[in-house]
Amino acid sequence: MWELIQSNRRKSAALIVVLALVLAGLGLSIGWGFGGEEGGYFGVAVAMVVWIVMLLVNLAAGESILLAAAGAREVTHDDAPQLFNIVEEMKIASGLPAMPKVYVIDNPAPNAFAVGLKPERAAVAVTSGLLAQLNRDELQGVIGHELGHITNRDTLFMTLAGVTMGAVILLADLYLRGMRFGGGRSRRSDSRGGGQAAVIMMVIALVLAILAPILAQLLYFACSRRREYLADASSAQFTRYPAGLASALEKISGAQHGELEVSRALAPMFIVNPQAAVGETTSVFSTHPSTADRIRVLRTMTSDVSLAAYETAYQQTHAGHNVMRAATTQSAQPLAAREAAPAAETAQQQWRAVQNLVQRTAGYFAIPCDCGVNLKVPQNFGQPAVACPKCGQQHSLPPAIAQA
Amino acid sequence: MIPLLIILGVVVVLVLWFVGAYNGLVQSRNQVKNSWSQIDVQLKRRHDLIPNLVETAKGYVTHERGTLEAVTNARAAAMKAQGAGQAAQAEGLLGSALSKFFAIAENYPELKANQNFLAIQEELASTENKIGFARQFYNDSVMAFNTKIESIPTNIVAGIGGFQKAEFFELQDAAQREVPQVKF
Repeated sequence: MWELIQSNRRKSAALIVVLALVLAGLGLSIGWGFGGEEGGYFGVAVAMVVWIVMLLVNLAAGESILLAAAGAREVTHDDAPQLFNIVEEMKIASGLPAMPKVYVIDNPAPNAFAVGLKPERAAVAVTSGLLAQLNRDELQGVIGHELGHITNRDTLFMTLAGVTMGAVILLADLYLRGMRFGGGRSRRSDSRGGGQAAVIMMVIALVLAILAPILAQLLYFACSRRREYLADASSAQFTRYPAGLASALEKISGAQHGELEVSRALAPMFIVNPQAAVGETTSVFSTHPSTADRIRVLRTMTSDVSLAAYETAYQQTHAGHNVMRAATTQSAQPLAAREAAPAAETAQQQWRAVQNLVQRTAGYFAIPCDCGVNLKVPQNFGQPAVACPKCGQQHSLPPAIAQA
Repeated sequence: MIPLLIILGVVVVLVLWFVGAYNGLVQSRNQVKNSWSQIDVQLKRRHDLIPNLVETAKGYVTHERGTLEAVTNARAAAMKAQGAGQAAQAEGLLGSALSKFFAIAENYPELKANQNFLAIQEELASTENKIGFARQFYNDSVMAFNTKIESIPTNIVAGIGGFQKAEFFELQDAAQREVPQVKF
């Protein structure tokens, strides 16, 4: 596993360096086109300042903004014992140094994502739809995948790469808009000898401004897709039960109807891209490989669930191509898969438990009625009393809820 | 002068390598210790949950009282166990006593409907999983550490530094299968 993280680190560092070079090249050619050599240096400086400011904003805002934007609420062990236990199980299996925070998003579309630039300060969020539809083994597979993103440092590197890509897109966009409206008015035509070079640089700048964003996105998406496979492999290794994640992916991909609206920056961190249409095939612009393909690889794994076994399964389903480095998988020993866990509760019980959880985290007020019904009143109810729908008994409400 | 410099260079490289290898061994040993404490935490948690389980189940389980007593006894034995080997055996027995109890609990619908029992059952099942995962991580760490100690050339550093091979933690299998242990 350590080799995998190391290899990931090198590849991600290389990706970010390449993206930063694309950004610097773009800044250089734009600047040069406007103001000769000094303009070129100025352009690089501007590009770097934009990049650093965007990085700082993202790093400072961090996970709390992302979680808040997704409408996630933190839950404790007492709110959702099973979910919390599963996260703790996967925390132990993955060897994370600290317990990640657990969040629930009230949304019927089953999905999950992980954030956290450091393994010591990670968080996982799942939707209520996921909790209601998945059994324990499937949920474990999903959480294993999310913690895999954290142990493989995907959360960190995809944030960095995403910001760099964003800076490239921003700069190219500004330049192209400026060219369209300004027509390159500020170009210095009087500089001797530099005039021709400036024209050439302007052409280069134009070409770069059109190509760089596409190039940056292709790199970013290719990296994102590879990391999904790796997180799937990690999940199989942690849970020792690839069938759980496979059947979870089947349920999740069959139930995405665009109910979950998220920012583009967050989309690659979800287990299945919430914006991708059902049954979409992999293209060079997908953040995730097609779910059908991921399921096929997981289902090809049999008794051995190590990273090496995932690699073998990937090669079998992808005509000999590989997804990890050979050195990563050589040291892995065979790991025996385990049996499925028995179902603990019926679908209806599970659905009700999730409803209770969502209402509790949303601050609903519970009143137990004598007839056995549990009344749940939202915080802004605004009435002094409520009648039990079953036996008709009146219950007075505490002033805080009645007044709202 | 040049041969002297070459010898000096070689010595410096050797010393640097030795320091690196030694620190690597210390790191692996700490990971083994750390992952052992993870198992320990979960074993203690299981011990803590059992009295609550027995207390809840006592009122419902009228016939097979022996299974409950077996759980209590296995817990007492597991709490007394010393060292990884002995603990593994005792915890294995406790695990099988618990699964026997949960099998007979299926015959008591009122017990299965009890909210408190359901909560403890989830906690115990999850603790069981956590022990499994912690054991998995511990054994992986031990494997990595022992491989370092045995392989050339780190075995020289391990010999000088006095690093001892760590013990694997094998639950119940050791007690039940009676596979002869291979000793080096």
